[in-house]
Amino acid sequence: MDRRFPFKVLEHIFSFLDVNEDRNSVSMVCKSWFETERRTRKRVFVGNCYAVSPLKVARRFPKMRSLTLKGKPHFADYNLVPDGWGGYAWPWIEAMAARRPLLEEIRLKRMVVTDECLEKIAASFRDFKSLVLTSCEGFSTDGIAAVASTCRKLRDLELRECIVDDLGGDWLTYFPETSTSLASLDFSCLDSEVKLSDLERLLSRSPNLKSLKLNRSVTLDVLASLLRRAPQLVELGTGSFSDELDPEEISKLTKALSELKQLKSLSGLWDLLPEYIPVLYSVCPRLTSLNLSYATVQMPDLIDLLSRCSKLQKLWVMDLIEDKGLKTVALCCKELRELRVFPSGADLDETDVTLTEQGLVSVSEGCQKLESVLYFCVQFTNAALVSIAKNRPNFRCFRLCVMEPFAPDYRTQQPLDEGFKAIVERCKDLRRLSVSGLLTDKAFEYIGVHAKKLRMLSIAFAGDSDLMLHHLLSGCERLKKLEIRDCPFGDTALLENAAKLETMRSLWMSSCFVSFGACKQLSQKMPRLNVEVIDEHPPKTRPDSSPVERIYIYRTVAGPRQDTPEFVWTIHKNPEVGVSRLSIR
Amino acid sequence: MSESVAAEHDYIGLSEFPTMETTPIMSDTTKTKTRDNNNNTNNNDDVLNFKATELRLGLPGSESPERVDQRFLSLKSSCPVSGAKRVFSDAINGSTKWVFSPGSATDVKDIKPAVPVKEKKSSTAAAPASKAQVVGWPPIRSFRKNTMASSQSQKQGGDNNNNSETEGEAKSGPEHCLYVKVSMEGAPYLRKIDLKTYKSYVELSSALEQMFSCFTIGQFGSHGGCGRDGLNESRLTDLLRGSEYVVTYEDKDSDWMLVGDVPWEMFICSCKKLRIMKSSEAIGLAPRVMEKCRSRN
Repeated sequence: MDRRFPFKVLEHIFSFLDVNEDRNSVSMVCKSWFETERRTRKRVFVGNCYAVSPLKVARRFPKMRSLTLKGKPHFADYNLVPDGWGGYAWPWIEAMAARRPLLEEIRLKRMVVTDECLEKIAASFRDFKSLVLTSCEGFSTDGIAAVASTCRKLRDLELRECIVDDLGGDWLTYFPETSTSLASLDFSCLDSEVKLSDLERLLSRSPNLKSLKLNRSVTLDVLASLLRRAPQLVELGTGSFSDELDPEEISKLTKALSELKQLKSLSGLWDLLPEYIPVLYSVCPRLTSLNLSYATVQMPDLIDLLSRCSKLQKLWVMDLIEDKGLKTVALCCKELRELRVFPSGADLDETDVTLTEQGLVSVSEGCQKLESVLYFCVQFTNAALVSIAKNRPNFRCFRLCVMEPFAPDYRTQQPLDEGFKAIVERCKDLRRLSVSGLLTDKAFEYIGVHAKKLRMLSIAFAGDSDLMLHHLLSGCERLKKLEIRDCPFGDTALLENAAKLETMRSLWMSSCFVSFGACKQLSQKMPRLNVEVIDEHPPKTRPDSSPVERIYIYRTVAGPRQDTPEFVWTIHKNPEVGVSRLSIR
Repeated sequence: MSESVAAEHDYIGLSEFPTMETTPIMSDTTKTKTRDNNNNTNNNDDVLNFKATELRLGLPGSESPERVDQRFLSLKSSCPVSGAKRVFSDAINGSTKWVFSPGSATDVKDIKPAVPVKEKKSSTAAAPASKAQVVGWPPIRSFRKNTMASSQSQKQGGDNNNNSETEGEAKSGPEHCLYVKVSMEGAPYLRKIDLKTYKSYVELSSALEQMFSCFTIGQFGSHGGCGRDGLNESRLTDLLRGSEYVVTYEDKDSDWMLVGDVPWEMFICSCKKLRIMKSSEAIGLAPRVMEKCRSRN
């Protein structure tokens, strides 16, 4: 009896697998499962564009319809990766255009995308539906125009916080008059004005448009007219919210907003003026997501808004919310799952913005479902962290940024070791953690011992010695991404735990004490890792003992990359270094 | 390394933690630094910390001061809340400083603290005011920083509104930086530079050269006409060198002009964007440049 499942049966079973982690596991069972799985995978995710070659990916997944890629390391968001490092989308687009012309969706994060890439996408994929670019750069509005004009079935066009060479608002006119398929449009990161009439016409002929995120240049006086043409919106990102309106305009806007019966998510709200808050009252009760992080409105005006948002699940806000505001959130927003509090840099000579650790404690007490936090605060205490951990053991993502580097517990002057210990001990499901404040090696010992499910860890200005890194690399079993800056350890822990690095996606270390010699040694020892030394101004000769500015290590089956700029050193560029001990691929 | 670090850390009692023998590579250099810092911190706190804590990305041996262990920054502080906040608000106001602006290795103005030296001398017990600006800290995305910065300037200066709202990337004003985008034909990425860090065309030229050094760039355009005295020499060398690329800029009137034709001060006031293009493509610019010059003269 043939014990194997017939291909068709397996295929059917695998079609229920959505999560790529499951698919990865399944594909490792045996050869036939690998083959079946690969033939059925539609959504492909590549977490590091240099970990695998585009050609291999194209060949492996013949039914690919959606490709998600990430390029630069996360710390590139904070300008720690010099321009020109890499992360080019072109090779991927070229490979897919040649081999997977049925591709429908491309999602890129932190990659360099040029107008040529966008034009290639437009020209190559006849069923192309969805382009989502997050934190990308290198293209202009001309490229956007190409996509808009040529992709007849375009459904989603989202530019999230990209750096775009904005040549003007003309790109919007390139959506053909016949196109009615648009479901999601996000141009919030563009600077220049689009013509109101073009936008109105586009909205009028897009009955499927569910998500619209305008840019700041769209003034408040035209918002009502736009909304009237898109009452079916589920997500709205407004433009500027600070222009002067007369009473009649205000009432029109209020009415237009109240007509958005399906609206669940609201963002934009640039420079929201307190007098316009009542305009939003009608949408508040239905909102599940509210992004006030560009709304410079302060307390107590924020309370009026937040107290009406009983269904809120996601709240992004600035520290202008203060402890008082967060108390209101704790009372009123019982469904809250995600909270992000950003620093406003409020002019502190004039106003006293009191956001302290107490704010987060309140929310952790009141919001039972809270599982994801990003909190910027000037200082913190161990006691607060312990309370938070006790209140909310269900955290999956806990990112605390104490903005003062090396700030101890301000009441006890102790390091924040005990506080973070409580977090990792109690929050057993913690996947992502960012630590800050004064931390010794002990904190990392705790993390290594307890944070068994941790995938991503970000560290800055912490620790005392190599022990810190050693604890992490030997303790955190599921660690995938580790990024460290300005910490005082170096070679020993790195070399001792070299094998661990092959189980991780990547390790980033900048302004630490890693020597060039150690980088060379690591490169020689671990041929399946790409070890990149990134020094903006490398000297002509580099002794082994000299410290490197940045090191980025990632596992790869694609071998050394060919597109490194001159300021990135890899051993492959310098084969005279230990070539005899280097294994040939 | 361990001894000196432990000594510095007595104030928070870390010396009891046994530190692993870290690689001796840094020990010599940091020891020297720590001795210096030790002596100086006892005396003239604010002035020294400004210099010593100014963070650069240069290697030991280069002109920029060596990288100093961050902990020296807050040595004396009892972390008063207001002081820390002030530093941060300075950071936001000078937010463009967070952007890493690559210049030449010897350009000591790469990462400037937003607070000028004078202010630091006058600040007293608020030790964190002497803290240097740190690249990428606090960790906030550029988009957000730029947006907040332009909100701030909108609130502060109602008059000076020309650039601050529209272009998040390029802001002008006496205190702020002047970031402009630089694109180059054929290069897959744009770069940003701060025009205020350069004093002359020569400096700008060498910075651009370094930045796009993988391509050959000559000096500025080889068209004569309205050149100022200082530039004629370089123009000559250009013609001799036969440069392949020229640097052009988009001015306030949205015209594309060759860089180098107007006095430096006028240039930085009117420049919105830079673009390095092939000389052959830039030929069309010449007549307009001449026209503009004539109308000005």
